[in-house]
Amino acid sequence: MASNALVPELPNDPNLRGDIVLPDPVEGRELLVRGNLSFHDITEVVLAVNERPLLKTPAPFVFGLLLASSMLAMFGGYVAFLFWEGPGIWGNNNPVAWAWDIVNFVFWVGIGHAGTLISAILYLFRQKWRTAVNRYAEAMTIFAVICAGSCVTLHTGRIWLDYWLFPHPSQMGIWVNFRSPLEWDVFAVSTYFTVSALFWYTGLVPDFASLRDRATNKIRRFFYGALSLGWRGSTRHWVTYERAYQMLAAFSMPLVLSVHTIVSFDFAVSQLSGWHTTIFPPYFVAGAVFGGFAMVQNLIIPARTWLGLKDLVTVRHIENMNKIILLTGSLVGYAYGMEFFVAFYSGNEYEGFTFINRAFGPYSWAYWTMISCNVLAPQFFWFKKLRTNMGFTWVIAAFVNLGMWFERFVIVVSSLHRDALVSSWDYFVPQTEWFFLIGTFGLFFTCFLLFIRFFPVIAIAEIKSVMPQADPHWPGHDAAGDGAHAKGGH
Amino acid sequence: MASTNAPKTWGVLAQYENTKILYNACERVRDAGYSRWDACTPFAVHGLDKAMGLRASTLPWYVLLIGIGGSLFGLWFEMWSMGYDYPIIVQGKPLNSLPAFVPVWYEMTVLSSCLTVFFGNWVLNRLPQYYHPAFKSKAFDRVTDDKFFILIEAADSRFDLVKTKAMLKDTGASHIEELED
Repeated sequence: MASNALVPELPNDPNLRGDIVLPDPVEGRELLVRGNLSFHDITEVVLAVNERPLLKTPAPFVFGLLLASSMLAMFGGYVAFLFWEGPGIWGNNNPVAWAWDIVNFVFWVGIGHAGTLISAILYLFRQKWRTAVNRYAEAMTIFAVICAGSCVTLHTGRIWLDYWLFPHPSQMGIWVNFRSPLEWDVFAVSTYFTVSALFWYTGLVPDFASLRDRATNKIRRFFYGALSLGWRGSTRHWVTYERAYQMLAAFSMPLVLSVHTIVSFDFAVSQLSGWHTTIFPPYFVAGAVFGGFAMVQNLIIPARTWLGLKDLVTVRHIENMNKIILLTGSLVGYAYGMEFFVAFYSGNEYEGFTFINRAFGPYSWAYWTMISCNVLAPQFFWFKKLRTNMGFTWVIAAFVNLGMWFERFVIVVSSLHRDALVSSWDYFVPQTEWFFLIGTFGLFFTCFLLFIRFFPVIAIAEIKSVMPQADPHWPGHDAAGDGAHAKGGH
Repeated sequence: MASTNAPKTWGVLAQYENTKILYNACERVRDAGYSRWDACTPFAVHGLDKAMGLRASTLPWYVLLIGIGGSLFGLWFEMWSMGYDYPIIVQGKPLNSLPAFVPVWYEMTVLSSCLTVFFGNWVLNRLPQYYHPAFKSKAFDRVTDDKFFILIEAADSRFDLVKTKAMLKDTGASHIEELED
């Protein structure tokens, strides 16, 4: 914590100092919060957006919300059309019975994984920098899983019978088939959604209490008062609360690994070449984390600027996440290579054909899009200059998201379209599916923008607890007197 | 409150400016032998449970118990429905095909445990509790922002309005207030 002469003095502008790359400290770690902020400053900075009067909502925000909600309204119309006409409005054909419906489902479920990784796995590994991004990423998880759920419940055809997915007593006497990977998926995704939502809400309660205590009007006081459950920061409560938080993290960690494993079982347990491989579970999990972190970058880079959160989400956070993108992107690249190698090494003609067809057949354009976005693009992050550049990171993250969507497209469609019976080969072309994809984005962004406007986007209570002055034994308490401002940080 | 004319004193609230003073004050209150008291902070202060002499949470035991119960129920339900209530051979697997039951069994374990964690946390903490005497204090509004508080209840056997206030003053409190019920 001692001040280091080698570390440059940061400028006073909160819009600048968050973007400056600091050299690694000789001892200890870089401070997580920049600009000598006090606890009260943190509360002010984070809640500023929530506490704006409704009528003074910034115009770009209103525009964004209108755009997203009109996409959502379009989605509503599309779902009604789907309800009326059935999945015949899609381009799915005989060998390609699964297409964009499942592609979008796997895409959205995968996005969610970064949120849980940040909230649970990084928590258990004591990665304190996660506190600045976890709330945001968990919200992303929840909305992404809602989108995934809408894709999968809408793909069943007779949507009004979706309750058949869950075990229920009926006059037919039969139960769901617990031996089927599709049934495992029902349990995995619904458990995942429930646990993520509980975890998110548990973390939000102390911050809702902050909003309640600062509320200037009755409606806000009632709304946040009800949500905060009468939280008063009692240490007797914190003891159980912290233990509960820890346990939710401990359960979420294997849960998140299991969810995408089970999603991969939807494919891997079948007999189809291109799907029937043992590498699928780890490969899917790595891909999910990869795509999810890219989505976090795409969302948080604009948000930290617009919401003035650069002191809390610094370039260090962005760089750390880029390192995870680089690692998981390389894992995914390894998996692509290994799949190909095993297809050759197995000596199985059908398996071999599927992979040659993937890379050089009619869908080769999708395959090479996937390779360039997922394997090549993140390699730029080996360079510190590039991985600490906000604009560059945003562009690469957007490519990664595109690539991860194509990965699922390649897995689902290119494996199906040329099956073992040559006479049934066909080429899949989407019909109305674009509206399906755009509609889920409308759903996602509507939820997300409302979240930003009304809920604290950063876990205030958690970020305060990782600041040096939170520690009762911090030497600065004696120097700073009342401890209002942390001194001697940088 | 409406039935009696004079409002009853619920206890005393003392405000502290940083975690160090609060920590030392908590040790003092603990060593003075108080039992019905609390420290309220904007975030979980590391080690404050020790300074207050609090015991570890009992929540994990409930989670263990109900988690095991949910897990066993999940497995039992799969075996009962697939193997006994409506036995039907699909996918060429035996009626009780244990390996294929693992994913749902696992998810049931996690789900029952996490629901216990979530609800157990609120039940053990007796939340929601929308009324608390401290909420009437203006100073206490900053408990979720940047101030730290100790509350000592009048119901404590060692509570003595004058002496307790004097002790809290001595621990470095920046503001002391009586709370009414």
